[in-house]
Amino acid sequence: MSTLLIIAILLLGFIVVFQIAKASEYVSVLKGEKKTFEQNNKINGFLLLAFMILGLIGVYWCNELYKGKILGEAASDHGEKIDTMLYITIAITGVVFIITQILLFWFSFKYQYKEGRKAFYYPHNNKLEVIWTVIPAIALTVLVGFGLYYWFKITGDAPKEANVVEITGKQFGWIYRYPGKDKVFGKKYYKNIDEGKLNQLGLIWDDKASHDDVVTNEAMYLVVGKPVKLIINSRDVVHDVGLAHFRMKMDAVPGTPTTMWFTPKYTTAQMKEKTGNPDFEYEISCDQMCGKGHYSMKGIVKVVEPAEYLLWLAKQKPNYVMSNPELESKPAVPVATPADSTVTAAAKIAGSNSN
Amino acid sequence: MSQEVNLHEQVGEMTTHEVHHDEHHGHHHKETFITKYVFSQDHKMIAKQFLITGMIWAIIGGLFSVLFRLQLGFPNETFPILEDILGKWAAGGKIQPEFYYALTTMHGTVLVFFVLTAGLSGTFANFLIPLQLGARDMASPFMNMLSYWFFFIASIVMISSLFVQTGPASGGWTVYPPLSALGDASEGSKIGMDLWLIAMALFVVSSLLGGLNYISTILNMRTKGMSMTRMPLTIWALFFTAVLGVLSFPVLLSGFILLLFDRHAGTSFYLSDIFLASTQKALPNEGGSAILYQHLFWFLGHPEVYIIILPTMGLVSDVMSANSRKPIFGYMAMVGSMFAIAVLAFLVWAHHMFVTGLNPFLGAFFVLLTLLIAVPSAIKVFNWLTTLWRGNLRFTPGMLFSIGFVSLFISGGLTGIFLGNSTLDIHLHDTYFVIAHFHIVMGVSAFFGMFAGIYHWFPKMYGRYLNNTLAYIHFWITLVGAYLIFWPMHYQGLAGVPRRYLDFSGWASFNQFDGLNRFISIVTIMVFAVQLLFVFNFIYSIFKGRRVTSQNPWGATTLEWTTPINPGHGNWEGEIPEVHRWAYDYGKDGRDFVPQTEPISPNESPESKH
Repeated sequence: MSTLLIIAILLLGFIVVFQIAKASEYVSVLKGEKKTFEQNNKINGFLLLAFMILGLIGVYWCNELYKGKILGEAASDHGEKIDTMLYITIAITGVVFIITQILLFWFSFKYQYKEGRKAFYYPHNNKLEVIWTVIPAIALTVLVGFGLYYWFKITGDAPKEANVVEITGKQFGWIYRYPGKDKVFGKKYYKNIDEGKLNQLGLIWDDKASHDDVVTNEAMYLVVGKPVKLIINSRDVVHDVGLAHFRMKMDAVPGTPTTMWFTPKYTTAQMKEKTGNPDFEYEISCDQMCGKGHYSMKGIVKVVEPAEYLLWLAKQKPNYVMSNPELESKPAVPVATPADSTVTAAAKIAGSNSN
Repeated sequence: MSQEVNLHEQVGEMTTHEVHHDEHHGHHHKETFITKYVFSQDHKMIAKQFLITGMIWAIIGGLFSVLFRLQLGFPNETFPILEDILGKWAAGGKIQPEFYYALTTMHGTVLVFFVLTAGLSGTFANFLIPLQLGARDMASPFMNMLSYWFFFIASIVMISSLFVQTGPASGGWTVYPPLSALGDASEGSKIGMDLWLIAMALFVVSSLLGGLNYISTILNMRTKGMSMTRMPLTIWALFFTAVLGVLSFPVLLSGFILLLFDRHAGTSFYLSDIFLASTQKALPNEGGSAILYQHLFWFLGHPEVYIIILPTMGLVSDVMSANSRKPIFGYMAMVGSMFAIAVLAFLVWAHHMFVTGLNPFLGAFFVLLTLLIAVPSAIKVFNWLTTLWRGNLRFTPGMLFSIGFVSLFISGGLTGIFLGNSTLDIHLHDTYFVIAHFHIVMGVSAFFGMFAGIYHWFPKMYGRYLNNTLAYIHFWITLVGAYLIFWPMHYQGLAGVPRRYLDFSGWASFNQFDGLNRFISIVTIMVFAVQLLFVFNFIYSIFKGRRVTSQNPWGATTLEWTTPINPGHGNWEGEIPEVHRWAYDYGKDGRDFVPQTEPISPNESPESKH
């Protein structure tokens, strides 16, 4: 009902505006075209100036209103660089914005039609044109210089001591994998994926390195102050690992792994204090259109102290064990003979695969 | 010797051709309704066909945005009327996710291609190229007609995709595979996607037929004395636009054909290592690259934004100069900067792909080349500003929209400097900042340029004026509304709010903008209503507008205003006028304006070395 009412009001407004517009045309005929033109010109000239003044106030006001809502301090070292770059760019473009907009509307107002004013025949001036080729070129050189300096710092190789975590996107969620004690990811092949058997990444059990890999959908655990390198994969369509608080982002492309690295600066607990929000979590947003659940494809990052991280990791069952529950029911295998059990298990898997 | 004979023969042929034209002119009444209004080969009628089809598309595309803004602004409310109209797509009065994505996808496709490419270039290239160059029609009027009808068929196919059971394409206007390649990954990637691809292929054909025609007309059919450097900037802009289109649309088509193969022929150009949760099956495709598609797409996709904005730069330059009663400042710099933009347009496509895993070293070159575009853009802005300086400005609706265009082009252009810088793009990529940027710089700006063109040349098109009061209302609400809608989105983008989310309630990081989203949606509806007012003004004025009584109502120098008020097919009665000077002799030697057709008089100050 209210929708119909709104449409009716709009329609009515439409008719009223149209009638006024039609009447104004008759009035202008009565008043004489020249007089109407001059009047309209004055009104519009004034409005252009008013628009500029109110617009600039509006820009300031909008900034006051929203600057508190844009995430606050970056939570990674790379994020800090990106924020610095942002401020440099805002400063330079801000000056240009204000000057050019003021000139545009001021000229429009100042040089509006006046009876008898002669426009100045001024077709070109090489000196001026060189000036406003060179100045933007210099400003942009500065921006490119800073930009690429930070770009190469951010996209350069991750430090050797970095933790490595694999993150894989799927419709519509994230899968995290940790390499386990051996610090090596086991091989995987997408045709091995079997969600019924809890092998959601298609790990190859023939590869012993996969046996201690931890796979979880719960959250990505990172150590505060320690660089982390993400290996980013997708299982189906293109996704994107968006980490707004860390200011990081990288596509997840099926068949083509990508990487990015950064160092988290604050633990989740510290962020809870900093933001004053007891429910604060670092969120992973999918930033590349991936289907109908795109808007809900959320992941969580938990940044913790090193000790807490080790504790958490120790509690995780390797995917191998979860995927092969028959191994778990057996009594714990003595430490001296893990190689044997691996061989048998691998042989078993190989056998079942060939079926 | 024989060559000379040939030459003479050719001249003879041309003369008879022209005579024939003039004869044809006398037999106007023989045109039937079909040859005059439907399968017309008159460039002016084809321009109107493009314009009106484009306007219908703009209403549809705009309506889509109103619908998805309803969801964004009022995510917790239901609109039962939507279910009555849209059925299962708005079950329970709420827009369903699949449909939301279909809406955004079609909004983008329709406005980028069908409105701001075909509707804009199609209208003004067809209308102005022969009129401003002094030609009786396009190089090939028949191809020109085909160009429109291919566009029309493309439109029909695209419209029909709205009515299939699984819905239209819904993978975003860029239709990245694998999402767009796999029907099992998304409903919109079923038959809707095939229709989308077929429509776009037809569209490319239309665009190529048109573009080749524009280029050959501009190169070959200029009237006597109309050297390239005497052409109005509109023509230069349309020339570069056509070249961009002819060189880049085929690449897009090739990308689409590979996508069709992947969809139906079992190839793996874009597909690799895919396991679909919906079917619990691994696909056989291995070795393809999803990124390859993005390269092919953006090789058109980036020039495409210049295909949209260049023609409006030309239109605005001419409208602004005529209404400032001053020559455009720095004509050659304007041409040069458009040329630079056209060349750079081909060298920057990968700045859409900084976060796809592109080699960072390669990315560095794209940063450099991208930011380089800011230089010719800055030259253009400063030249427009100087054109206004010490002019005698008439705020006709066309002039107001031109001023609005420059304002928006500055605002949107500057944010391009943020996004072109790969360091910042890491954070801003695919956020609302991008939406704000491209809507201001190529969406709204291009519309402003187009409106400037429509208001300025409507009297030439229909022999009547648009209603001024409605035009002023249209301008002011659109300008203010455009800034109110898109300016605050920069802040959402800085906060990292991702694009293409229909509901932020599940997100602690992004849910702080509910009030703003509602505000933007309300403004969107108002601005959309005002566009309808414009459409109404347009249609009403075709039939009932104030009649144009003088041949040259704006006091402009260019050739289109030397034709009769309602020119017939062939444009000029009698001889085609000869050109003696550039298009911008406003305010020279104390005279208000000197038409291009007036010979240089001996006591005139020398023609400027523009």
